[in-house]
Amino acid sequence: MSVTDRLKKRKAMFYNAFMQALREIKRNIMRSLLTAIGIVIGIASVIVMVNIGKSASLSITQSISKLGSNVLFIMPGQHNGPGGISSVTKPFKSDTVALLKNSILTLKAVSPVENASMTVIYKNQNYKTSIKGINNDYFTVQNWHMNMGRKFNKRELRSGQNVCILGKTVIKNLMLDSQAALGKRISLKNFSCEVIGVLNEKGANTFGRDEDDVVIVPIKMFQRRISGNDNIHLIMASVKDKIPLEEASLQIEQLLREKRHIKNDDDSDFSVKSMTALLDTISKITSMLTVMLGSIAAISLVVGGIGIMNIMLVSVTERTREIGVRMAVGAMAKDILVQFLIESVVLSSLGGIAGIIIGILITYIVSFAFHIPLILDPAIILVSLIFSMAIGIVFGIAPARKAANMNPIDALRYE
Amino acid sequence: MIKLKNITKTYGKADAATEVLKGISLEIKDGEFVSIMGASGSGKSTLLNILGTLDVPTSGDYLFSDTNINTLSKDQKALFRRYILGFIFQQFNLLKKTTALENVEMPLIYLGVGAKERRKRAYDALCKVGLENRLNYTPQELSGGQQQRVAIARAIVTNPKVLIADEPTGNLDSKRSHEVMEIIKKFNKQGFTIIMVTHEKDIALYASRIIYVRDGQIEKEESNVL
Repeated sequence: MSVTDRLKKRKAMFYNAFMQALREIKRNIMRSLLTAIGIVIGIASVIVMVNIGKSASLSITQSISKLGSNVLFIMPGQHNGPGGISSVTKPFKSDTVALLKNSILTLKAVSPVENASMTVIYKNQNYKTSIKGINNDYFTVQNWHMNMGRKFNKRELRSGQNVCILGKTVIKNLMLDSQAALGKRISLKNFSCEVIGVLNEKGANTFGRDEDDVVIVPIKMFQRRISGNDNIHLIMASVKDKIPLEEASLQIEQLLREKRHIKNDDDSDFSVKSMTALLDTISKITSMLTVMLGSIAAISLVVGGIGIMNIMLVSVTERTREIGVRMAVGAMAKDILVQFLIESVVLSSLGGIAGIIIGILITYIVSFAFHIPLILDPAIILVSLIFSMAIGIVFGIAPARKAANMNPIDALRYE
Repeated sequence: MIKLKNITKTYGKADAATEVLKGISLEIKDGEFVSIMGASGSGKSTLLNILGTLDVPTSGDYLFSDTNINTLSKDQKALFRRYILGFIFQQFNLLKKTTALENVEMPLIYLGVGAKERRKRAYDALCKVGLENRLNYTPQELSGGQQQRVAIARAIVTNPKVLIADEPTGNLDSKRSHEVMEIIKKFNKQGFTIIMVTHEKDIALYASRIIYVRDGQIEKEESNVL
């Protein structure tokens, strides 16, 4: 027999085994569906998890870069790793802001940011929101525009007058109208402030926090009325166009080290971070998350594979006589092995394909419902398909071997 | 064509061993129709299974046209069954929920026959057993006699030299039994060698030779000239 003949024969053998597998699956359609459902769910969840993970991380990256890739965060205390801050050392004072603004020419805008959570009251409505003490540079840094009214004037900033600018969410929750809100007084704790402006709507930020859920006041007023001291725990600065962030960051570091009398080889007791650094951390976290979600889904795939193995073992036992007949008419052990192996591979692959389709559908729905960008990674789809086939092989081996190793006479006598 | 020399078969080991065949020697010529008769437990089925290479003898030689079948590997035995033998069982052993045509096609798959040719040969075989009107019936939709005829078509579709029939009428009433035997007889006339096990005398009489087996030994042989 020539090589091409042999190849042809082998091809025919696989084709026949494939057709027989399809027939067998159709013959027991209900059982096949139940068997494959584990794989369907497994593959669908892998697809959804990975795609959603990816689009979530994409949307985070996008909105962070929208937020300003030219923004530096200057904080007292040393950062160690993502999220961890050692005990806050000497906080900044108002003069630090002025110093940075005046001495570092690469900075476009510098604003202190002090934060507190408070309840604001208007008439009989009260609403818990976040109060931010800042100066007018904050609007530049955050690229924030006024919807109504005006920013703070010099006098208000200098003396810390009781004026405030509201975000859209606060307006809504106090049952106010943007137009009508101007000039009204809202109460915070034990004092009130006059609304002089309303911010443009920004929507939810990267972390799902509503950015419009904010009341902005002059930093002086914040310190005087809320914190009771002139400490500053965060300074945000935006760098002038075409100036590398690292350069500005280095300048700030040098200046502040000098100002805070830090010896040459001591660590700084403050940190200067950029969005890019934050971006790196976040993308690390999200990709870790994606991998984790993916692995959890993969476990369900293994469970699905075990389901296939179970049913195939049952099927082999049920079809013992058939195996005997096939052996009697001249099927070799390897023919039987291939037949059952292909059956489980076809079963798991069909399950995989169904899972991919369902997974894509769910990804569509989720991305639509949660307004995240739709990403369908072709690589993960291909990997899922190959993986589901591999499951068919791995978990089909044991049942197929059981079938192939049967003794023809015992198989024929099986009741 | 077939020569058995002093075949023995023992089941179990040592103390619990039971000797089912105690040295059987026989010869079957090309084109013969041989019945093997005996009570249940006489060893006739074991003998047939050894002839069909489904079972292995404990000792003795099985020669087929001077080839010692006992020395063949498992795969070689499968090939021997594939090309040389055809099987008819008492229980028909058709594939469930599978049409008559597909059942008859099944052995041809292992012969590597293409789909079109397979269909044609299966159709021809079913015509030979008079089931051309039942091609797409599944076993559940066929009577016992029809099922056995499908099984016969499946046995002869590969054009084997020897048909091995294990109680082919064991599950049929007398009328169907004789119909089935007429078909088997017809194939014998066309040149198939047939080895059949039965315990019914009137069925055994279709053969040209009857071998009586008792307690694992050949009791007697009868030529049957009808």
